[in-house]
Amino acid sequence: MKKLVTLFTVLVFLFMHLPIIVIIIFSFSEGQILALPIKGWTLDWYRQALQDDRLRTGLMNSLKVATAATVLASILGTLGAVAIQRYRFFGRQAFRASVVFPILLPGIITGVAMLTFFANANLPLGLLTVIIGHATFGFPVVFNTMAARLARLPRSLEEAAADLGATPTQAFRRVLLPSIRSALIAGALLAFTLSFDEIIVTIFLTGNQNTLPMEIWARLRFGMTPEINATVTMVLVLSGLLVVTGQWLSRE
Amino acid sequence: MAENAKPKRLGFWFTFLPPFAWMTVLYFVPLVALLTYAFQRHEYVRIIHEFTWENFQQIATNPGYRNTLWRTLWIANLVTLIDTLLALPVAWFLAFHAGRFKRTLMILVLLPLWSSYLVRVFAWRIILGYNGVLNGFLVHTGILREPSTLFLYNKFSMVLTLCYIWLPFMVLPLTTAFERLPTRLLEASADLGARPFTTFRRVTIPLVLPGLLAGGLSVFSLTMGDYITPSLIGGAGDILVGNLVASQFGVAANWPLGSAFAAVVLVVIFCVMALLSRKGVLENL
Repeated sequence: MKKLVTLFTVLVFLFMHLPIIVIIIFSFSEGQILALPIKGWTLDWYRQALQDDRLRTGLMNSLKVATAATVLASILGTLGAVAIQRYRFFGRQAFRASVVFPILLPGIITGVAMLTFFANANLPLGLLTVIIGHATFGFPVVFNTMAARLARLPRSLEEAAADLGATPTQAFRRVLLPSIRSALIAGALLAFTLSFDEIIVTIFLTGNQNTLPMEIWARLRFGMTPEINATVTMVLVLSGLLVVTGQWLSRE
Repeated sequence: MAENAKPKRLGFWFTFLPPFAWMTVLYFVPLVALLTYAFQRHEYVRIIHEFTWENFQQIATNPGYRNTLWRTLWIANLVTLIDTLLALPVAWFLAFHAGRFKRTLMILVLLPLWSSYLVRVFAWRIILGYNGVLNGFLVHTGILREPSTLFLYNKFSMVLTLCYIWLPFMVLPLTTAFERLPTRLLEASADLGARPFTTFRRVTIPLVLPGLLAGGLSVFSLTMGDYITPSLIGGAGDILVGNLVASQFGVAANWPLGSAFAAVVLVVIFCVMALLSRKGVLENL
């Protein structure tokens, strides 16, 4: 039975990673067309991807958007989690249930709802509207990890800090923050990666400045090219490093 | 105590108000705005601001729209079911048998989420296409005499890709649920003479049900709203309701009709949520 489960797990992991393996292999393939057989190996696609201005601009825009959205989501998520876990108030359960809507409802709903709203508010579409959209689904991501951590944290620590004369700000910075740091890093990291790769909401909220996924989407209409494979492979390696760093920072 | 109450109230408003205001103004007001569009009329390029059921009547009577809605529901259920069956053994293995590989394997579950969703969807074209990896393998090993066109641009490739793309969202909550499972209950069940399958059905499944349903809700909802996968991988007639929303807000520029489709999606997901909320699913997301 255990052997069977192990074999099944190996097969599912293979299924989960086959497309990524294919992308990485074809990023080194010499041919312009992404099909078998592979004729030879090259690093040219990486050189072309690094020299491609539009891909680079898209990458920079994505980094800007993801950074801003993550900062906003982290602030909102932390505050919301503290409010839920440290105070009893009217509508607490309703508040808790409704903050997860942006990750529960399909992205397309968030996208078109914000599009109609921004159109009515006469706010021009651009990176700012994309940031607002991404921060909105990043908020519940941070909120969930933070609320789970705070629930396990004894309140007595903060009360002790207050009894010893700490101001609320001091108590937060010196007592609460160190114990929630790793949860905050984990939540922020997830919000960042989700924002960095987001396309479904972004399509509706972006103006003429493309994020990296939007740039890739625009090119995919004419078919996938090896530079895209090379770009994606580099992004994968970078986010891998980022996540390992995050894990290392959030170790307990 | 009295002097404590004031900073406490201040602390509450300080932590509660910013997220509350953000969510209300930038999420719930837009949602309500979207729903009001669903009851307005579109004429030429203008939107007539008067109450009408016209958009919903159009959805109900147009066979193309109706079929797309049914197809979306059917496919979302199928994808959720397949992902559940794939994730159950994997989550079981990760929670109980992964040993020292567990941390690495958990990172491997998350890894696909760090690389472009678009490109991962597109990768299935490279795998399933006429000159693709699968055909290459099958012809090379002699299973097929010549490449087949049956693998791509149909419901099969769409369901396969959707299952692939949302699988981590099922594995993660399910693994957490298995980790929280008190193993002494399983031992007790075995001690009382239950066969492994009986223990699994009567003890394990009820205990991990909230996690399972939470993962299922995510997969269902994500599939209900996807329009990228159908347009890249599906056949010409395999569009989902997300494609209808996207095209009404895009090229067709009929926002009221698009909003009505979005409203239908919302109602379906709220119904599922209402059914599940009693089982403590929302706390497990």
